[in-house]
Amino acid sequence: MPDAPVLDIDALLADPRTRTIVCCGSGGVGKTTTAAALGLRAADMGRRVCVLTIDPARRLAQAMGLTELDNTPRPVVGVEGDGSLSAMMLDMKRTFDEVVESHSDPERAQAILDNPFYQALSSSFAGTQEYMAMEKLGQLRAEADREGTWDLIIVDTPPSRSALDFLDAPDRLGTFLDGRFIKILTAPARGAGRGLGKLLGAGLGIFSGVLTKILGAQLLTDLAAFVGAVDTMFGGFRERAEATYALLKDPGTAFVVVAAPERDALREASYFVDRLEQDGMPLAGLVVNRVQEVRAPELTVEEALSGAQRLQGEEPRTAALLRLHADRMRNAERQARITRRFMAAHPGVPVASVFALAEDVHDLEGLRAVGSLLATSRSDP
Amino acid sequence: MPSTDWPDVLLHVVSGKGGTGKTTVAAALALALARDGGQVMLMEVEGRQGLAQLFDMPPLPYEERRLASVPGGGEVWGLAVDPEEALLEYLELFYNLRRAGGVLRRMGAVEFVTTIAPGLRDVLLTGKAVELVRRRDKKHARAYDAIVLDAPPTGRITRFLNVNTEIAGVAKVGPIRNQADGVMAVLRSEKTAVHLTTLLEEMPVQETADGVAELEDAALPVGGIVVNMTRPPLLTAMADLTSIDAGALTSSLKAAGIDASPHVVDALQAEGVDHAARVRLEETERERIAALGRPVYDLPFLAGGIDLAALYELADMLHEQGMA
Repeated sequence: MPDAPVLDIDALLADPRTRTIVCCGSGGVGKTTTAAALGLRAADMGRRVCVLTIDPARRLAQAMGLTELDNTPRPVVGVEGDGSLSAMMLDMKRTFDEVVESHSDPERAQAILDNPFYQALSSSFAGTQEYMAMEKLGQLRAEADREGTWDLIIVDTPPSRSALDFLDAPDRLGTFLDGRFIKILTAPARGAGRGLGKLLGAGLGIFSGVLTKILGAQLLTDLAAFVGAVDTMFGGFRERAEATYALLKDPGTAFVVVAAPERDALREASYFVDRLEQDGMPLAGLVVNRVQEVRAPELTVEEALSGAQRLQGEEPRTAALLRLHADRMRNAERQARITRRFMAAHPGVPVASVFALAEDVHDLEGLRAVGSLLATSRSDP
Repeated sequence: MPSTDWPDVLLHVVSGKGGTGKTTVAAALALALARDGGQVMLMEVEGRQGLAQLFDMPPLPYEERRLASVPGGGEVWGLAVDPEEALLEYLELFYNLRRAGGVLRRMGAVEFVTTIAPGLRDVLLTGKAVELVRRRDKKHARAYDAIVLDAPPTGRITRFLNVNTEIAGVAKVGPIRNQADGVMAVLRSEKTAVHLTTLLEEMPVQETADGVAELEDAALPVGGIVVNMTRPPLLTAMADLTSIDAGALTSSLKAAGIDASPHVVDALQAEGVDHAARVRLEETERERIAALGRPVYDLPFLAGGIDLAALYELADMLHEQGMA
């Protein structure tokens, strides 16, 4: 059996060099709860923590005593000791607006904010969230460095594979900016008779024809105005994307991949681990949540089932308890098999296994319980 | 034979919180819909190649491939939609402009559409689903009897399906507006049903309730709720496992020839308490699901994992419960 090193959560949280923790993983594996539990544990250890969540369940927000989570970090009451904990939820549109405002003069910013194309892009389009999560992380990091507000930022990423899209953002923006597409779109906005009509004559007929046909003249005007207006902003955007990428690569960052002991979730986790390693991102390890706890492993499945058989008639409650035990044993064995497969494929990746809780987290005590399970876990499920 | 709850539906959209098994449910539903000889298209849009893994095949290209032949002559087809290819196909289909694809690609326009403005991706994906719904063969019969869309998770589903409304807000007139309106008309009609998968746990049920409310607000047709990975009734029926005291437990274990050390007795009792708490929680969640007033379908947790045989088993259960 492969022997994975244990992911030492307390060492990670206590190390003052750990300044950013990024939790990633597929949906439904307890990623947000893990991020919040890590945040509370670190705060209880005396760190000044800000947790950035993307889409927390209402109950989790309530568990942290927050009636609303908006785009500003709100203090969480109830931290033990000298540390502090703040939590915020990403408001994608608000963050995008802030980027626009900070990169343009007020007049130009207003023109962008009023543009229908921008409004659609910033509020409804999937994928914008990933970019804005990283933008917000960059902002929080800068604020923390400037004002010393926090010494640890924990960020929870959107629940999809595209959560890692942010790693590609600088490249993609580059392809886009260096392409002629944007130059053509911006041409009308640059005015002075160098509109699309002129370009049509410049041998780009097929391209402009496509655009006009697909998009319609009115949309094209809005789009051109939008691209023209953000032309200057994109430069700053790209620099920021590059800065965020560098920040993620920094040794002060730790990626924690979160999974459940199920085939699909661990397959996604493998994908994340591979991708992070390819990009040279600092991977702290894997957290396996929702592991089946078996309280008496010495009582085997066979023993329990044959005992249940014998007691079926006279002692149905004991028989049921024995069946339940056998069921849990089998489930635990199945999970262990799946998890070991991951370990074999990724030797050297530290692992922390966390037992499933009977109920969801409802308050800070619940979060604390998760934190202590995280810290006392073993690698072997 | 039970009749189906969704006789008019051509497009079954399957969503659900991450980790609730929506790809499995979508595949089982597709098999169930094909059991009367139907041609069913199972479409995935998240680029995860979940269908290929589920049906144990090499990664699917952007091409309609047969995934399974169902006894009775029906067939399930699979399609993993790639946004770039969908864009080029869209250009060809609506504007006869395949040739322009290369030019657009070189100019970075394809990058723009599929990555910089990722929402446009959703326009292409929903457009593709509707194209499959509308498609006719040479004899003007429907090319597919049903389309099952393995859709983005509940948190994103309304935005995903509603993206064409956003387009309508941006493009006031013109062909793109017409296309957007046409897609929304199908998605909002009785030909579409958005089914949500959930587990009997707090957060997935909460997300399901939120999802139903959001879909209704957006005038999108909510379908059924599939409760996935439920526990075997044999265990959950014995909810009251906490009433047996240590002495009685010890003596009955001894009678069964089991080494009843205090540790084992404690452990079994604690497992009983855990289980009872879990069963209570599940009952509460089931009531919340029932309160949503939608048809509910149950699928069990299969400890052996999901393979083709298991998918057929789940398909039969969906059929028996009237989902297909």
